Amino acid sequence: MVEMNLNRRQFLKLSGAAAATLAIVELGFDEKNVYAKTKEFKIAKTKVTPTICCYCGVGCGILVHTKNNTVVYTEGDPDNPINEGKLCSKGTTIRQLYTSKKRLTKPLYRAPGSKKWEEKDWEWMLDTIAKRVKETRDASFIEKEEGITVNKTEKIASLGGAALDNEETYLLAKLMRGLGVVYLEHQARI
Amino acid sequence: MTNHWNDLQNTDCALIIGANPAENHPISFRWLTKAKEKGGKIISVDPRFTRTSSQADVYAALRSGTDIPFIGGMIKYAIENNLIQKEYVAKYTNASFIVKADYDFHDGLFTGYDEATRTYDKTKWVFETAEDGTPVKDETLQHPRSVFQLLKKHFSRYDVETVCTVTGTPKQDYLDVCQTFCSTCKPDKSGTIMYAMGTTQHTVGSQNVRIYAMLQLLLGNIGIPGGGINAMRGESNVQGSTDFALLYDNLPGYLGAPKATVPEHATLKGYLEKETPPTGYWSNKPKFVVSLLKAWYGKNATKDNEFGYQFLPKGNKNYSHINLFQAMYKGELDGAFMFGTNPVVGGPNAGKEKEALGKLKWLVAMDLWETESASFWQKEAGSDPSKIDTEVFLLPASASFEKEGSVSNSSRWMQYRWKAIDSRGEARPDLAVIHELALKLKGLYAGSTKSADKPIQALDWNYGSGPEPDIDLVCKEINGYDLKTGKLLPGFGALLDDGSTSSGNWIYSGFYPEEGKNLAKRRDNKDTGGGNFLNWSYAWPMNRRILYNRASADPSGKPWSKEKAVIWWDAKQKLWVGTDVPDFKPITAPNEPGGVGPFIMNKDGVGLLFAPTLNDGPFPEHYEPFESPVPNAFSKQQLNPATVIMEGDFNKKGKNSKYPIVATTYRVSEHWQSGSMTRNQEWLSELVAHMFVEMSEELAKEKGIKNKDQIIVSSARGEIKAYAMVTKRFKPYKVNGKKVHQIGMPWHFGYKGFATGDTANRLTPHIGDANTMIPEFKAFLCDVRRADV
Repeated sequence: MVEMNLNRRQFLKLSGAAAATLAIVELGFDEKNVYAKTKEFKIAKTKVTPTICCYCGVGCGILVHTKNNTVVYTEGDPDNPINEGKLCSKGTTIRQLYTSKKRLTKPLYRAPGSKKWEEKDWEWMLDTIAKRVKETRDASFIEKEEGITVNKTEKIASLGGAALDNEETYLLAKLMRGLGVVYLEHQARI
Repeated sequence: MTNHWNDLQNTDCALIIGANPAENHPISFRWLTKAKEKGGKIISVDPRFTRTSSQADVYAALRSGTDIPFIGGMIKYAIENNLIQKEYVAKYTNASFIVKADYDFHDGLFTGYDEATRTYDKTKWVFETAEDGTPVKDETLQHPRSVFQLLKKHFSRYDVETVCTVTGTPKQDYLDVCQTFCSTCKPDKSGTIMYAMGTTQHTVGSQNVRIYAMLQLLLGNIGIPGGGINAMRGESNVQGSTDFALLYDNLPGYLGAPKATVPEHATLKGYLEKETPPTGYWSNKPKFVVSLLKAWYGKNATKDNEFGYQFLPKGNKNYSHINLFQAMYKGELDGAFMFGTNPVVGGPNAGKEKEALGKLKWLVAMDLWETESASFWQKEAGSDPSKIDTEVFLLPASASFEKEGSVSNSSRWMQYRWKAIDSRGEARPDLAVIHELALKLKGLYAGSTKSADKPIQALDWNYGSGPEPDIDLVCKEINGYDLKTGKLLPGFGALLDDGSTSSGNWIYSGFYPEEGKNLAKRRDNKDTGGGNFLNWSYAWPMNRRILYNRASADPSGKPWSKEKAVIWWDAKQKLWVGTDVPDFKPITAPNEPGGVGPFIMNKDGVGLLFAPTLNDGPFPEHYEPFESPVPNAFSKQQLNPATVIMEGDFNKKGKNSKYPIVATTYRVSEHWQSGSMTRNQEWLSELVAHMFVEMSEELAKEKGIKNKDQIIVSSARGEIKAYAMVTKRFKPYKVNGKKVHQIGMPWHFGYKGFATGDTANRLTPHIGDANTMIPEFKAFLCDVRRADV
């Protein structure tokens, strides 16, 4: 098959938006012919986006192929110098983080004493959470301790964040300190 | 990591201890394989013969919790056999410093111990200083109170016989390790030590890491290619989340959080005076602190209000994980947030942590899945929902490729991830949710005139006017600005302490030096030399890939060897040059003041063989785990004397008469941490579908257990059911003439997802390291029996 004769970089380009002109320039054959062949592959004409694996701290590069608003394929990023296209079992299955039927797709609320979740909209959830935070903070806020300004609440905790992006951890650390939260911990400890 | 993943190919010997990278950091092993192809050796030290061990040249077994004897014996071996890099030790460590006569050590205790408080008076462990405050030295290392002589004396007790009696390591295997690794003391050889949670999750976890670093200093292995002390991070951004201070005792960039218990911390001036050393790079601390305050409080941070310092919370106790859950268990907390974390599976003594969640009034969990922790109140969790009044908000989070942002890997490489697709369903990025919540809270507090509400009102929160935050503005705030010109800063060298600069995290300042130039996005993968890839992404600090690389050159600025050169002094250009960004002032000549000390973050520019800062002693000393099968052979002190003991209902302790078997937890390649990110996927669930407990053939025989039998494992905290996995990978240890069994089990399982199983952490104790309070997951006592008996 034609595709097997291409090196993989050329193939990637072929599968992208610029396929038509590249095919002619780089390969010297007719674009229709190429489309006819690549169509058989699920990664033909996908959008390819580089990412970094979300599992361990090695930081392998992964290419995410998307088409028709779903993730159709993922593979090791050959350009990333850390993994040079190789992946472990977890990195290989990253696509299922999108496709798994177990993914949470709606905000869920559990009322006190209830046996079940209820679906709620984001607006209600965030408004209610903000109210709870304010109630707890206001009822527990300590401005001074033995003459020293301490501006804290010891009734709210924040846990986790090792899987968040740097920018997210930054805003989270800033917001929690801003609220006076001192029980602030994440997976580095456990 | 002082070094980085690609640099592993440059090593002559990798000592892998407290870690199993072939299983848990699989792709890292490619670089070790490359090193092996070039003649490098791999040593695996582990209680179990792991996938890493199977690729090693030398394997040595050790009983969980005995790293200090193991490495302590290697230190003695290196010194006695003259296998240390002498000039490096004399010039680049504090081996030559003279310790004041107050310091002593007797039967497991250093001077200054107070039994009632289980703390040390560290003023008993100080150096002699000259009138100008600099330490008194003897570079011949012969002075009886020089650090080198004290260290030699301290570890003289760690002879091979005693060590192997305690660790259970066969003597010949132990000597093989000593000989192979200590051969890297030659200037043209390098050895790396790679570790992970098998090292840190002990009551002596900090001292475990320290003793590795000490061995590396003695062998001259820090600051060179293929060397270093390399912590392998378990999560994609646990490096970044630590750098950004999602820990109670830090502010971003490892600035200590102000405390209500330190009187000087009452004011910014006092805090800075108390916390800023006179020399070393930390002498710039006021610039980092004031710039952080400017990033957080913007125009509300002025000279007149101590740049908003008083808005910061000041704690008065240890708020770390175990204490946090104890407080929750006692009903002292009302609300909690959990961002992608699952303590009902991953926390120590997890059964109690589950109970603790039920004492909250409200819980917010943001995750991709319905985790065991978010649904702790359900019947399948063993709870009675009607008796749990906790309100739970479960927010669907975007996956990593459904949003954009950067993560920092173990190598400190800050790599950008682009958005590949819109989020699944109604899931949203954490960034957007944190942002919206902040705006809502600021809205609720907007009209208040109460002084208590000033801190949240003063928080500067400007990330664009759209419904979603502008991530680029967040990135720039982290990097920092020259507030006079509004321009981005070129790096942390430009920070000032007068309020004219800002930076949300000084160690990252420099990653976004100009408009449109977020260096984390760089994808130039040409090797710029040494495998350092200087134009790929960005490594903090200032794109340096090998930390302390000044130590790769001798005091005069010449590389110790051609093979291990990184940077060197170019007298013509009057500049440090080489294959990496100098981790040093690039224009300071070796013969100028401050031109020698490579360990720039330390006050005296040298590595600390003697560390008077730790809670449990200036030298590492062996103590048995909280739960141990044997008495401590080294002293009367059974447990680390500085560890906080939390006994009672929240943490029951098992006796070795009832629970004689040592247990440890570990991970498998197919699952990740508490399993929520892997047990909710079909393929990985199928690959490793069941909870199992691994044990030796000898133990199985004693207990009448066959492979695949259902068994019960019990500890003082609880019981779990699992399948027995009987292998040759565990062997009973001979410890002080006594046979000791050890078992191991993965900690990935819980009752949610496709693959379910009992949670190993129902067995682990609530006790932590004396410095960090990291729980002792890796050595506890249990018993096993067949499930049908």
